This record gives sequence, structure tokens and C-alpha cells, in this order.
Amino acid sequence: MRWGVVTFPGSNDDHDALYAIDHVLGEDAVSLWHKDRDLKGVDCVVLPGGFSYGDYLRCGAMARFSPVMESVITFARAGGLVWGICNGFQVLCEAGLLPGALIRNRGLRFVCTRVHVRVEDTDTPFTCRGTRGEVLTIPVKHGEGCYVADPAVLEELERNRQVVLRYVDASGRATAEANPNGSLNNIAGIVSRERNVFGLMPHPEHVVEKLVGGEDGLKLFQSVAAAYAEHAHGRAASVAPGH
Amino acid sequence: MVAHNTAAVTEAAALQHGLTTEEYARICTTLDRAPNLVELGIFSVMWSEHCSYKSSRLLLKQLPTQGPRVLQGPGENAGAIDIGDGLAVVFKMESHNHPSFVEPYQGAATGVGGILRDVFTMGARPIANLNSLRFGSFDHPRTRYLINGVVAGIGGYGNCIGVPTVGGEVYFDAGYNENILVNAFTLGIVRADKIFRASATGVGNPVIYVGSKTGRDGIHGASLLASAEFSGEAEAKRPTVQVGDPFTEKLLLEACLELMEQDAIVAIQDMGAAGLTSSSVEMAGRGGTGIILDLDKVPVREEGMTPYEMLLSESQERMLIVARAGEEDVVRRVFEKWDLDASLVGRVTDDGLLRVQFHGEEVARLPIALLTEAAPAYERPAAPLPEFEALQELELNQIPPTGDYNQALLTLLDSPNIASKAWVYRQYDYLVRSNTVVEPGSDAAVLRVKGTHKGIALSVDCNSRYCALDPYVGAMIAVVESARNVVCAGATPLGLTDCLNFGNPEKPAVMWQFAEAIQGIRDACVALNVPVVSGNVSFYNETEGRAIPPTPTIAMVGLLENIEHHTTQWFKSEGDVIVLLGLTREELGASEYLALTHGLMRGAPPWIDLQAETHVQGVCSAAIAEGLVRSAHDVGEGGLAVALSECCISGPGAGVGAAIELEGAIRPDALLFGESQSRIILSVRRRHLGRLRELATVHEVPVTVLGEVRGRRLVISPLIDLDLDEMRRVWTTALPRRMQAAREGGADV
Repeated sequence: MRWGVVTFPGSNDDHDALYAIDHVLGEDAVSLWHKDRDLKGVDCVVLPGGFSYGDYLRCGAMARFSPVMESVITFARAGGLVWGICNGFQVLCEAGLLPGALIRNRGLRFVCTRVHVRVEDTDTPFTCRGTRGEVLTIPVKHGEGCYVADPAVLEELERNRQVVLRYVDASGRATAEANPNGSLNNIAGIVSRERNVFGLMPHPEHVVEKLVGGEDGLKLFQSVAAAYAEHAHGRAASVAPGH
Repeated sequence: MVAHNTAAVTEAAALQHGLTTEEYARICTTLDRAPNLVELGIFSVMWSEHCSYKSSRLLLKQLPTQGPRVLQGPGENAGAIDIGDGLAVVFKMESHNHPSFVEPYQGAATGVGGILRDVFTMGARPIANLNSLRFGSFDHPRTRYLINGVVAGIGGYGNCIGVPTVGGEVYFDAGYNENILVNAFTLGIVRADKIFRASATGVGNPVIYVGSKTGRDGIHGASLLASAEFSGEAEAKRPTVQVGDPFTEKLLLEACLELMEQDAIVAIQDMGAAGLTSSSVEMAGRGGTGIILDLDKVPVREEGMTPYEMLLSESQERMLIVARAGEEDVVRRVFEKWDLDASLVGRVTDDGLLRVQFHGEEVARLPIALLTEAAPAYERPAAPLPEFEALQELELNQIPPTGDYNQALLTLLDSPNIASKAWVYRQYDYLVRSNTVVEPGSDAAVLRVKGTHKGIALSVDCNSRYCALDPYVGAMIAVVESARNVVCAGATPLGLTDCLNFGNPEKPAVMWQFAEAIQGIRDACVALNVPVVSGNVSFYNETEGRAIPPTPTIAMVGLLENIEHHTTQWFKSEGDVIVLLGLTREELGASEYLALTHGLMRGAPPWIDLQAETHVQGVCSAAIAEGLVRSAHDVGEGGLAVALSECCISGPGAGVGAAIELEGAIRPDALLFGESQSRIILSVRRRHLGRLRELATVHEVPVTVLGEVRGRRLVISPLIDLDLDEMRRVWTTALPRRMQAAREGGADV
């Protein structure tokens, strides 16, 4: 399978995502430039962390208008796999590919720390290699990671099992103390209703090697690769990308 | 010859520009005329303390700067050291003290931006930032505001540009109430054969301006803000502080590194202090050439800017490039891709002059050498204050021993100088680029070097109380302690960069402190065989005539040949044996304990024997290399009891306790809290104890078995018995609690 990682001006974790995919996961990964509409035939697009366009207006607000995003939106609407990490999650919300918004952390400060997230659902291409209820340790690092949505949207997200990752404590309880940014319902990551678009605030690309903080993030990358492979073999249509 | 807005100035104008009567006279004699206003502006920045190092240049020559691995010593934008595998590390530290006091967010942010440019201008990809911060007492009304602003500014810039802030130090002392210190460090990685330098050569080569447009910000930052004492209303100087734009710098970083992949440029320099002036003059100075600039080509942010303003602006995120003739389009294309300005503003010449043109007229014409190597250099008078020796006296007999050692330890763990700094570093992205093997909170940060088995360990240190009481010993300890920290992380010290923060050098007492500190750094570097490859001097850290404690901050860079040997400070598992390398003496001078529990800041700093120090570090290194060591921790402020506490509670997870038997003929408070140097706490598996003893014997290092890793309490019989959770609560909440008090408008707690 072929992965693409978008570089917006101000993207920082694009190098890390590429490294995780090609060096650690051992998959083919290409860089996609924000001014380019060409997605180079990739099977999954990653929108990386960082401060696209400086995030001076509102996080992700400018990036959604970049040429590459026109193609990403079309790709996603056609069922292509799109994965936004941190700033990428913010871009996906701004672009309307995921519901809700990410606002200033409850504590008003940037926070960089390891958090525990519980895998809430494995019926997605991004978590299919996980186990429901499993607790992963993945870092967050953001100033605007507080997930909000209106009550109806929240209820729908929960009902459709679109909440994929939730902030929990080490023993797996979704407490207020375990929530680093004040996100409603302790939401750390969600998928679109069609389950092909995934956004999360934690950074799995920083934890793919034992030497550097652990391997818990690798599971998400492996999930995508597995889902794609199964799709390529014509099985497991329920979690397959639809293009 | 020189016309238009170019009438000769008077001596009064020169004095307003921070030059002295003698300096002005020298300018007039050498030029054989009086300078015009534009030229006076150029002299005022190039001859400022900040740019010319006129008070420190002669003394700095004493520092050892050579070594077999040194690829670039002081004199360039940053130093460079070979780490093998065809790679080099490039690093430097710089101060941004006055700007950060005047406008904490922007001052600290642009400090980070400036040091990053110094590193990537050498062709290196920045992979780590550190910072060393000094604030006043929490009793001072501005302290919390300054902490909030500085920490947010460092995070705001570093996080946005995508370089991890992996470590640092934060100290609080009333001596910084009116003059905080913000020292920023950056390290980058470069191919050893692709280091770029800033020497303008090749007559006719184009000089290209890239990056942000020039505005009216930061004018006279170098001369009036950085090279003069504060008096009265510091806030009135806010317009001299630059405003940072990390997003533009991120683009500049990527564009510069992309351009450097091609063979298009001869030299490149950051437009930092004194902006366009210093970058062009210094590049021509190093190249032995001249430079002609056409200011009509400089991209400007607003209309009506004068030559004076354009030359002195310190607008951020700008670089000056000398390209190869004919390669202008290569430069232009790369910068267009990144949506940045690139403008041909001049040429390299062979006349040894800086010539500046504006609207078709020559507005400045000055010999480059007069602005660089022939700038003033002073051997200023130096003498200690009369009370210096009296302050070193300390009669231990007159100090009543503390009855409750549990309480004394908790008081130390609650000291902002010793307490956990998580409140600070959690606001920094310390993970981006995915190299961080040891995160903030251990003796040294450790990063892996991608594509190799190597690692880099980093530590920044200075105990300014030691330096205030004895600048020679204090500076020595800053060097050896930073080395000890990287050794504890499993690394061999490679080299260091220093940031020398002092008061007004025109005062003999300050100059004496500076001279003593230089000797201390030199002696320690010689003993440890560690070169100084870059650095920065910050004088005039005074307000209303009161100087800061002398603060020669040292950032040490160490190399791990095998990254798997990285070691952290916290205990790992029950049953491991706890061992002390080195000797505990009966000394309490200059200690945090004495300051906190007795309100005394006096006495001689701890004894330091450089020979013993190298041996202790040698044993620690050898033991780590043999795989014997489970944890290694330097004994620093707060002494053995605090170091043992940190071994118990500073790691991830719930921590693990220790059962210690302490014996000694010395008084208990000195045993527990004295800050004797050259000590390291190791934990090892019991079966490795014999081998450790052998290594220590070979190096003639005293080894004491202190006890065992065990349980959920720290027991130092018969003096201390504390629950880990209580210790951790005190240690982790000390800073947030004090910061919280600000928001609630409450008094200090």
C-alpha cells in the first residue's frame, strides 16, 4: 500500500509520520505538497501535526483552503482513507470531514505529556488490530485540543460508535483527571460516519519504537496496513476503504 | 563624497548612541572626518558590547577551544563537533535577558528564534533546544508574570517551529528580581562535510536578502537594550524588543536547508542583533572583502523607512546570503517555493569597505576592519568587593543543627529551585522529530541520532549562589556538574557552549567576577579535556546599579557511542543496591539548605578537586559502558537526601523507595544536605557490586554502599523516614501552587 503525508507550510510532524511509515512500518510513503492537487495515487492520506500556516487565524482554518485539501476532500468523500493527527484533526474538522471542533485547552496552556487512551471501537480501518477496552499510552502536545460538539452531534457520535479513542487513567477509567484538555466525553479521537476518516489529538507517530517512548502508536499504523491488505484480498468489506 | 541626509554628527549624538568620548574621537581620527548619522548608527551597534565583545574579547582568549573533534570553534555563528559516521553537531547558547524582562513573551520567543537561526545558518537541522532561566523571588510582584510570559514565549516559538525543547534549568533568587535571565540553546545535526560558514568571498558574488521584510522593530536592540544597564522604567524600552514569527522562521528553516542541498551559496548569516549591518559587515570581515548594499532593494514592511532604520532594524526571521555568481535564480526559486522574499541587495567587493546606497546616493562608506577586528577592546580594571572574603566565612559551630530532618527534607523538596519543573516543561513540545530517548526530568536529556547507533546527551547548569560566593569555584563547578550530568546519562562530554551573564563590566567588582569565572571554566575544561566551541557574553545585567549574581551558564554536549547505554536517574527495581561514588565532606557553605532553613547565603562553595572529579566520572562511564548501571544520578543542590529522593520519585510511574544506612563522622545536616561535589548515586544489581568495586579501585574512587531499593518509603536511618507519596506531592506541587497563587491574587504560600 502507498501512504501520503501532506506537508503544509508549518507542518512539523510530517517527517515523523513519514519515518514511522517507511522506516518502522516498512511501507511505501510519499510526501504530498500543499500546493499540489496530485495525491500521487496514495491509498491513505495523513494530515500531520504542526502549525499549518502558523495557525494564526484559527487552527486548521487556512489549511482547509489549500489546493491539496480540495483533492483530499474529494478522496475522502469517495471513501479514501484520511487520517488527521493533532493539527490534522483540526484541519479535518475545519474542512467538514469530521464533526465538531477543537478549542483552547481547558487549562489555557499548551500541554505536552503522555496520556492513556482507551480503544473504544475496533470496527475501523485505524483500530482493527486493537482490542476493545485496551489502554494505549500515547503523548499529546497541543494548546487547542479540547474537543467540542453540540449535544445532538455528541449523542450521534456515541450512538454510531464513532468515538474511537477516549482519555482514561492507567486503569482505563474515563475520569476528569485523565482528560488533559477538557474534551467533552473525554474524546481523544473520532471517525467519520463512514469510518474512513479518522482524527485524533494524541500523536501515535511519536511512539512507534521501543527506544523512543514505546510502541503503542504502531498499532494504529499496523491497523491501516492490515485493513488495506484485507481489502486488497477482497475480504472484510466492512472495514475496507471504499475506492 | 557622502551626501543626502548625511550631515556630520556631533559628539553629543555619539554619546546618545552609547559610544564614549574616546571612542567617538577614535572614529573621527581614523576616518579623518566626522561620521554622518547613518554611519554613527553603524558604529553604535558594531562597537556595542553586544556585537564587539570589547570588554571580554581579551579574556575569552584564555578558553581552550581546540580538540581533535572540533570542526568549528568560536567566531562563527555556532560551534561544530565531529560525532563520527560523517556527522557533526552544531550548537550554541545565547542570552535574551533584557528583552525578556521588558516584554517576556516576545523577548523569550525571539531568543529562541535567534539561536535557532545561528544553528541552521551553518547548514544543520536543529534537533533540540534547551534553556536556562533565572527569575526573581516569588515575593516579587512581577515574578509570576515574567515566568508565565517567558515559558509561554519559549513554547510558543519552539513548539510552532517544530524543534523539541528537551531540557533546561530554572532557578529563583531575589538577585534576579529586576533582571531575569533567559539563555537559549540549540543543537543541530549536519553532515560534517556540509557545514556552511559566514565568510563573504568571491568578488562580484551577489548578496541576497531572504526571509521576512524589514520593519521598524528592534532598532537599537543590540546597543541600547543589550549593552546598557536598566534604570527606572524598563517598559519604556518595549519598542526596542523584536516581535517573533515562528511560522515564517519555519519556512525560512526549510528553505535554507533545501537551498543548502544545492551548490549555490558561498556564505550565509542570520540577521540577528544589529540586523543587516552586522550580517554584512561580519561576513565581509571574515572574508577579507568589502560589500556594497543598495537599500532600495531591501524588502520593507512599511513606506518611508530611512537608511538608518533599515540598517539597524532587528526584524526577525531574516538571513543574508552570498551566492555564487550566476546561481541567483536557484536561490530565488527555492524561496519562491516557500513563499518568502529573496532580493538581490548587493555584491561582494574587493575594496574592504562597507558602502551603502540609497536613492542613488552613497549614505555610508566605512572600512570593514574598523567595524570588526579594529573595534575597541578593553582590559578593564578588576578587583573583588571588600566584603568578598568575609562572605566566605562560615562557622559551622554557630549553626544550630535542625531537629526534624523529615521536615527539613520536605522543605527542600518544596523549594522552587529543587522541586519538579514539570509545570514548565509540560508547556514545551519535547517530542517532535521523534528522537527524544530521555525526556526532561532526568540529569540530562538524551536524543538518538537517526541512521546511527549513537545518541547525544545534553545538560545545562550553573549554580549562581556558588558563583556569587566564589566565581572561580562556581564556574568550575558549572562545567564539571554539566559534564557529570551527561556522564550520568551514559555519554562522554564532547564540548560545551557558555553563556556568561554578568553585571556592568565597567565596575571592577563585576570585571573581577568575570575574569575569575573565565579562569574557572578554563581550568575545568583543561582537566576534563572538553573544549569551548561557542558562546555568548551578556554584560550590563543590572538595574538601578544592582548587578545580578554572576551566572556563567554552561551547556554540555555529550556523545553516546551506543544509544542502548542511555541511563536515567531514577531507581528501577527493588533489590538493587544503592551505591555512592565519591566523598561526602563536612561542608554546608552556599547550600540550598543553609539558605532555606537558616536564611544564610554565605560560606565557601563546596570543595572541588578536578582530579577526583575526572576519576568519579570515569568510573561512572566505565560502569555504564559495561552495562552494570541501572540508574545514575548526580548529587547536586540539597545534597544526598534530595538526590536520593529524586531517585525515588522522579521517574515515570509510582516510584520506588529506598532503605539507606548513613554513617559518618560529620554532622547530620551536612551528611544529608551538604553539597559536596564529585558524587554520583548509582543503583546496580547485587551481583554487579563486585565488578563496580573493582572499577572504583582502579580509578581510586571511594565507593560506599548506601542501602537497597525497597518499598514505598525513603528511610535514611536514623534520620529520615518519609512516605513516597507525600514526598512526591510536595515536590510536584511546589511550582504549580506558587503559580496558582498569582491567578487568585493571593500572597505567596
